[in-house]
Amino acid sequence: MAVEGSRLASGRPSSTSRILRNTRRLVRTHAFRLAALYFLVFAASVLGVLLFVYWTSANFVERQTEATLDAEITGLAEQYAQRGLSGLIQIVAARSAGDRGDAMIYLVTDPDGKPLAGNIAAWPAGVPTHSAWLSFALERTINGRLELHPARGRLFIIPGGYRLLVGRDISDAAAFRGQVRATLLWAGLIAFAVGLIGGTVMSRNLLRRVEQVNRTSERVMAGNLSDRVPLRGTSDEFDQLAANLNRMLDQIERLMTAMREVTDDVAHDLRTPLSRLRTRLERALIEPYGADASAGSSQGEAIRAALAEADRLLATFNSLLSIAELESGARRDQTEPLDLSEVARSAAELYEPVAEEKGFVLAVAAEPGVKIRGDRHLLSQALANLLDNALKYAGSGEIEIRAINRNGRAVLEVADRGAGIPEADRETVLDRFVRLEASRTTPGNGLGLSLVRAIVRRHGGSVVLEDNRPGLRVRLEFTRLAT
Amino acid sequence: MKILVVEDDRETASYLTKGLSESGYTVDCASDGREGLFLATSSDYNALVLDRMLPSMDGLSMLGALRAAEIRTPALILSALGSVDDRVKGLRAGGDDYLVKPFAFSELLARLEALLRRGAGPATATRLRVGDLELDLLTRSVRRAGKAIEVLPREFRLLEYLMRNAGHVVTRTMLLEHVWDYHFDPQTNVIDVHISRLRQKIDKSFDRPLLHTVRGAGYCLRGPE
Repeated sequence: MAVEGSRLASGRPSSTSRILRNTRRLVRTHAFRLAALYFLVFAASVLGVLLFVYWTSANFVERQTEATLDAEITGLAEQYAQRGLSGLIQIVAARSAGDRGDAMIYLVTDPDGKPLAGNIAAWPAGVPTHSAWLSFALERTINGRLELHPARGRLFIIPGGYRLLVGRDISDAAAFRGQVRATLLWAGLIAFAVGLIGGTVMSRNLLRRVEQVNRTSERVMAGNLSDRVPLRGTSDEFDQLAANLNRMLDQIERLMTAMREVTDDVAHDLRTPLSRLRTRLERALIEPYGADASAGSSQGEAIRAALAEADRLLATFNSLLSIAELESGARRDQTEPLDLSEVARSAAELYEPVAEEKGFVLAVAAEPGVKIRGDRHLLSQALANLLDNALKYAGSGEIEIRAINRNGRAVLEVADRGAGIPEADRETVLDRFVRLEASRTTPGNGLGLSLVRAIVRRHGGSVVLEDNRPGLRVRLEFTRLAT
Repeated sequence: MKILVVEDDRETASYLTKGLSESGYTVDCASDGREGLFLATSSDYNALVLDRMLPSMDGLSMLGALRAAEIRTPALILSALGSVDDRVKGLRAGGDDYLVKPFAFSELLARLEALLRRGAGPATATRLRVGDLELDLLTRSVRRAGKAIEVLPREFRLLEYLMRNAGHVVTRTMLLEHVWDYHFDPQTNVIDVHISRLRQKIDKSFDRPLLHTVRGAGYCLRGPE
C-alpha cells in the first residue's frame, strides 16, 4: 500500500514533466516549425491590413474636418472682404447663436485677445496666435459638467491685429477612431488565436501521421516484421509514403523469410544425412558394443574425432532449428508461474563444481518472489548458455548470477569479470553466427546468445548487455507476475 | 529379449535393427503405424522403439491405441522434434522415454536398457547396494565398507540414480534429465565434474573403484563380481 501511495503522490509532477517533454518534442518537430512560420506570416499580413484600414479611416475623418474648416474660413474671409469687420462679427455672432449640433467653434478677438463675438468665452489657453492650423483642448460644459474636448481649428488673421478662429470639436471623430482601434484590436486578437490554433492542429495532424510511420518502423526494427503503416485511403503524399514504405517492408519480410527458410531447410536436410553419418561412425567404433576394442588404435581415434565433429555440426543445426522454432512462434507454450530465483539456484548448483574447477567463483544473489510466467526448461537453457559463455570467455574471477526485482521488472542476470564486449558489438553479438574476433579460436558456433535472445523474446522480455567494469553483464528482463 | 522397432526411414531402421541385434536383442521391424500396431498387439515384446512421424498412423496415435488396449509394453519414442513440449506430449501419450533424433546409438541403448530394467527392480526398496557401497533411502545416508560417507543432497540423488542402474551405462543426458531435470545439453562438461566429485567421495580411499567412465557413452556404477 505504501508503494502505491507514493506512486500516486508522485503522479502529478511526472505528468507535468511528461507534458513538458511532449511540448519540447512538439517544438522540435519540423511540422511545428512549419506551422509557426505559417502563423507568423499570417499574423504579419493580418496586422498590416488592420493598420492600413485604421490609418485610412482615421485620415479620412481628419481630412473631412479640415475641408469643412477650410470652406468655412474661406466663406468668412469672403464676407469680411465684402462687409468688413463689423459684418464679420455679425455673421459670426449669428452663426454662434444656438447649438447647431455640428460642433463648430467661432471666435473673433481684438488685437488684445478680447473676444468680440463667438461661441467660446475666451481664446483657448496655450494656443499659439499665429500658426494657420491649431489643435487644442476645449473646455466645455455639458449637462453642468466641465469636459475637455479635443478640437481642431483654423486661424484667419484680419488686418489690424483682429483674429478669427474657426474650429471644430473633434471628440466624435476621436471616439470613432477609438472604436475603430478597439474593433481592429479584437479582430487582430481573434485572427491571432485562430492562426495559433490552426497551426497547432495542422502540425499535430502532420505529426500524428509521421509518428505512425515512426512507430511502425520501431516495431519492425524490434522484430515484428509483419507490422505495416496504416493507410488512410486519401492517396495524399503521406499515404504514398506509407504505401512505399509498406512495399519496402513487404520486400524485406520476403527476403528475411526466404533467408530463414533456407537456413531452416538446410538444417533439416543436412540433419538427416548427418545423423546417418553419425550412426555409421558410432557403429564402426562400438562393434561389438562395450568391448571398447578399437579404443587404442589410431583408426579408432580418427573415428572418435570424426564423431565429435559430427556432434558439433549436429549441435549447430539443432540450435538453429530451436531458434527458428522459437522465433517463428510455431511452438506451443508450456508456461507456468515460476520463480527465477529457483531457476538461478538450480543452475548455480549444476555449474558450481565446473566453475570452481576452472578457477571461477560462482556467486548467487537471489531474492525471493522473482515470479514470472514462463517455461522453466527454456529459461534454464538460456541461463546455462550465459554461464557456458562466461566460463568460456571470462578467464577467471567471479561470476555472479542474480535474480532480482528491479523497477517493477523481474530480472535474471549473469555478470562476469572477463574482457567484456565492446559497446559497438553489443547489439550484433545477439545475431546468429556472430562471433567476436577475440573468440574465433575457442570452440563455439555463435548461436548461444541468439538462442538466449529467442527464448527471452518468446517470454516477451528483453536482453540487455552492459559493461560490468570490468566484464560483461547480461541482463534478461521479464514482465513480473503479480503476487 | 524382443524389441519392436517402428521406423519408416529405411536407413535408420536397418541400423537400429543391426545395432540392437548385435547387442543381443531379437528385433522385429515395422515401417508404418498400422503395421506397428498390428505387430505390437499380436506378439509379446519387451520394449518398443517408436518413431513419432510415421506414414498411415503417427507414433503417438499408435501408442494411444496400444495403451487403450491395455498393452503396457515400455515404449521409447524417437522424434526429430526436440522441444520440451513435444517431449511432454510424447510422454503423456503413453511413452516411457523420449529421444531426439539424431541420437547416439549408445544413448538409445542405455535408455532402452533402463526401460527394460524398470519393471524388474524392486521399486519399493529402501536400501540400495552395489558391492560394498550402501545407500539408505530412508535415512538418506551412504556407507561404503561400513564407513559413513558424507554426500550433498544432489550427490545423493546422483548416486541413487547410478545405483538403480548399477551395471549399466548411464549417459550424461540421462543424468541431466533424471537428476537435474534439465532437458538439453550444456556446452560445458558440467556432469563430468559432478561425477569426479562423487568419485572422490566413494572411490578415493578404497582399493576397487566402483564408478567407471565408459568412453564415448557415459558412466557405469559396477560392483566387483
